[in-house]
Amino acid sequence: RHREKRVDGDIVRRKRGNERRKGASRAEEGESQTRPERIDRGRRKRTRSHQDTKGSEGDEEVQPKIQSGRAAKTRKHTKNEKTRKKEEEEKAEKGEGKERHGKRKKTSASKKEREEVGGKHTMKEKAQEVKRKKHMKVPSEEDDIDEEVDEEEEVRPESLSSEELEKLKEAVDERKKLIQALRGKPWPIKKKCVILRESQEFVEKYEGALGKGKGRKLYAYKVLMSKKWMKFQRDFENFKTACIPWEMKIKEIESHFGSSVASYFIFLRWMYGINMILFCLTFGLVMVPEALMGRPYGTIPRKTVPRAEATSAMDFAVLWDFGGYAQYSVLFYGYYNNQRAVGWLKFRMPLSYFLVGVGTVAYSYMVVIRTMARNANESGVGDDNSFNFNWRMFTSWDYLIGNPETADNKFASITTSFKEAILEEQESQKDDNIHLTRFLRVLANFLVLCCLAGSGYLIYFVVRRSQKFALDGLENHTWWERNEVNMVMSLLGMFCPMLFDVISALENYHPRVALQWQLGRIFALFLGNLYTFIIALMDEINLKREEENIIKFNITVWEASLFNGTVSVNSTAPPVTIEPADVPRGPCWETMVGQEFVRLIISDTMTTYITLLIGDFLRAVLVRFLNYCWCWDLEAGFPSYSEFDVSGNVLGLIFNQGMIWMGAFYAPCLPALNVLRLHVSMYLQCWAVMCCNVPQERVFKASGSNNFYMAMLLVILFLSTLPAIYTIVTIPPSFDCGPFSGKQRMFDVIQETLESDFPAWFGKVFSYASNPGLVLPFMLLMVPILHFCTLRWFLKSCNDLFYILFKQNEENKKKNKLAALKAQMDLEEARKGSSRTAQQQKNSPSLQDQESEAFYYIENKKKIKRKIECKNVI
Amino acid sequence: MGTTASQLGKDLLSEYQELTFLTKQEILLAYKRFSELLGKDEKDVLHERVPMDRILTLPELKSNPFRKRICYVFSTSDSKNGSLTFEDFLDLLSAFSDSATMEIKSHYAFRIFDFDDDGTLDCGDLEKLVNCLTGETDETKLTAEEMRQLISNILEESDIDKDGTVNLSEFQHVISRSPDFVSSFKIVL
Repeated sequence: RHREKRVDGDIVRRKRGNERRKGASRAEEGESQTRPERIDRGRRKRTRSHQDTKGSEGDEEVQPKIQSGRAAKTRKHTKNEKTRKKEEEEKAEKGEGKERHGKRKKTSASKKEREEVGGKHTMKEKAQEVKRKKHMKVPSEEDDIDEEVDEEEEVRPESLSSEELEKLKEAVDERKKLIQALRGKPWPIKKKCVILRESQEFVEKYEGALGKGKGRKLYAYKVLMSKKWMKFQRDFENFKTACIPWEMKIKEIESHFGSSVASYFIFLRWMYGINMILFCLTFGLVMVPEALMGRPYGTIPRKTVPRAEATSAMDFAVLWDFGGYAQYSVLFYGYYNNQRAVGWLKFRMPLSYFLVGVGTVAYSYMVVIRTMARNANESGVGDDNSFNFNWRMFTSWDYLIGNPETADNKFASITTSFKEAILEEQESQKDDNIHLTRFLRVLANFLVLCCLAGSGYLIYFVVRRSQKFALDGLENHTWWERNEVNMVMSLLGMFCPMLFDVISALENYHPRVALQWQLGRIFALFLGNLYTFIIALMDEINLKREEENIIKFNITVWEASLFNGTVSVNSTAPPVTIEPADVPRGPCWETMVGQEFVRLIISDTMTTYITLLIGDFLRAVLVRFLNYCWCWDLEAGFPSYSEFDVSGNVLGLIFNQGMIWMGAFYAPCLPALNVLRLHVSMYLQCWAVMCCNVPQERVFKASGSNNFYMAMLLVILFLSTLPAIYTIVTIPPSFDCGPFSGKQRMFDVIQETLESDFPAWFGKVFSYASNPGLVLPFMLLMVPILHFCTLRWFLKSCNDLFYILFKQNEENKKKNKLAALKAQMDLEEARKGSSRTAQQQKNSPSLQDQESEAFYYIENKKKIKRKIECKNVI
Repeated sequence: MGTTASQLGKDLLSEYQELTFLTKQEILLAYKRFSELLGKDEKDVLHERVPMDRILTLPELKSNPFRKRICYVFSTSDSKNGSLTFEDFLDLLSAFSDSATMEIKSHYAFRIFDFDDDGTLDCGDLEKLVNCLTGETDETKLTAEEMRQLISNILEESDIDKDGTVNLSEFQHVISRSPDFVSSFKIVL
């Protein structure tokens, strides 16, 4: 009798165990559902003795299941939880063996029944236990001996029926799932270790028993392979983390300055990765093939320095400006030949050039959008204000902070944020003079607009002036006059933000709002400057094209005269050989554009580094050492050390990248330059931040604004590809330089390839497909698809909510069932009246909690539905 | 590096990788840092307990206002003194690691904030929490009135079942909507 009961208990326990494992991810939720109940129990226990409370949540979670197993077996034990757990696992194996031998004919129906019986037992047992514990704790160990009486029986897989095999397989699979889910469990590692070992043993033991004949071998092989694959994956993961550069550097900064400063460096590293790939594209597919397989330097006019410039072509000043030899090299558009296929590989150079240009932009779009999507997924629904206080409370501490000074700043900023929140909540602090504030804000914005317009005009003026200088010939001008444009742009980028900072003091905004305004203004400034620069550049391009037409005409004249001349002097001489350097040539506006961008990048980089050295390093040195002999405390007082300006630096980086995207088509060397720049920046800024910056006064957390930066990057990407694409599509390429020379438009290279390298039908299909009559409907189709995609995104979040709701419903049902059982049991055993009230108490708060929670979700869902409707209306 | 790897044992290492969110390098680094915490005479890194005050000398924990709570929560010691074994230490790092899930993180965060270990965040817990966050100095401390207001606001937002305390599910519900909890609940060696 005793033995049979025990087996029943085992089955029940196993079934429950399975249930638990099945929902490995659900376990958390389930746990949270049962939480109040557990807490209740925990409280009572704690009052009795401290030993019992030491179990973690996990322990408590398993407890009912253990109890159900034990209930059937024996009702007299009280044991410390750890040993109980182990025992349970042992029993699982034993039960396995036994079940196979003794209980083949059991039907599932009878099992269910037994489960209920078991459940009742559980309740009884629980109640009893509680009662017993109230009186005293009996440390009884005799049950251990009882345990060891059962000898483990050998498994004989041959003797198993298919049904049992199926069951066994299920059990094994569940164990495997458990192993996988184990790391997500909030248990101490020791317990996890025990379970892991035990489960692995189990799996290894019974895995072999599965499958018959051929199937078994295949199964064993599969298992082996999956194990190997797991190991490989883990090693690969380790390898991947080992490959991430600058991890330690960033970590060090993170611990000193908190996550916001570190986020800049992570962003920098991310940019570095993107630029690395862009660099690989341009370097591998454009620069190297042209350098290796194209015609060598000096063979054709476009690859030779003209005679007039030859004397100064190697001067450093000229090279620094990317003139001379640098101009006539693979670094710039003009050097590339329009030969259709180069080298023995028959590499299609012009096509490759075009596709790399397009691919660069396409890849950037892809990466930025994908990262944005991932960030959005991670952060979830972040911007509702319903948990303002809770977030301030529970998530405001940055656990990465390891520097006492930063910690002090953080304390202060948290306190102020609390106080602000309270004040806002009370709304006692009404603006006493709202008209004055309004006036000041309008004034501030007016001033900022003036600044923006002024800087725009300045740049336009300077660029026009530089064109005049260029027409006069650069040699007649000073260094300043030659570099005026870049210097002015860099200086504006340096000083205008400071000006904005001063102006924003007028406005009296909340710091976070002020930061956003500041960011927006700097963004507008940079954008305005960049676009003025581009517009001025466009003017220059038009000038150059006029010049080109004149030169084209001159060249024909010159060729004719040359021909005539040679004929008249000596008619028998071999055909005239003209040095390529002497051939007159057009201005090649593409190279000019490329050069401008490269110069801009260089001067920008220089200004950044110099500001870093002077503004941060020199200042820090002065403050540090002059402090000994100064009349006030420099470190605490006025100049102090500088802070690391995260937003300004990020904006700088974004705009730098924008210029790269804009100019990369005309100067293939730009990504390489940028990689170099970012690499140096990484080291220089890491050093500067560690040695001469102090932690920020107000420590902002970065992650919230992460997608903000990404969105800005996307905007910049779009805005910077616009002019590039405009020039590619509308302006005909120069007639004597670059890979597209001689064509009407640059994208003609595609058509050319289609015509000569693909079968005729393909070209035909393509020409039909590119017909506006087809493209337009296609675009019309794209709009609803995009719309649908966004809709589905909303629906997905909706579905999550449905899922949660469903889950809770289920849990509720289970709870109700349990409660009913309990009630029934309590009726049967009226003498346990005290325990019954306890059970009800346990149950009611959790139910209530769930109901209100479910209600909340419904509310939320409604909100989202409304959103969707709004979308639809739009 | 090689010596530490051999000390730790290959099986154990892979087991730890299986059970925590840490990579091999992180585990080895943790091992190194942990053995540095141990005294010279204590050779048995895997089973020795490091008392809490020595754990707190780690720069990663030194300026954390919750450092003691963290030790208590992750300690498996019977005497509740917050001392950690190497495995406890790994547990800690795993929960605070980059790749740990929101569930794990919020679970441990709840236990860290639950100062009296009673399974709910009641007013006392919240008050202690606020005091931790605002620092020990007097000038940053909130007044009693502010504190009362703050706590009542917090409960108003998150206490769904209106029992005057925040329980784990309510806590996780709130936390899971926070945009920057996962990124800031991190400790990296």
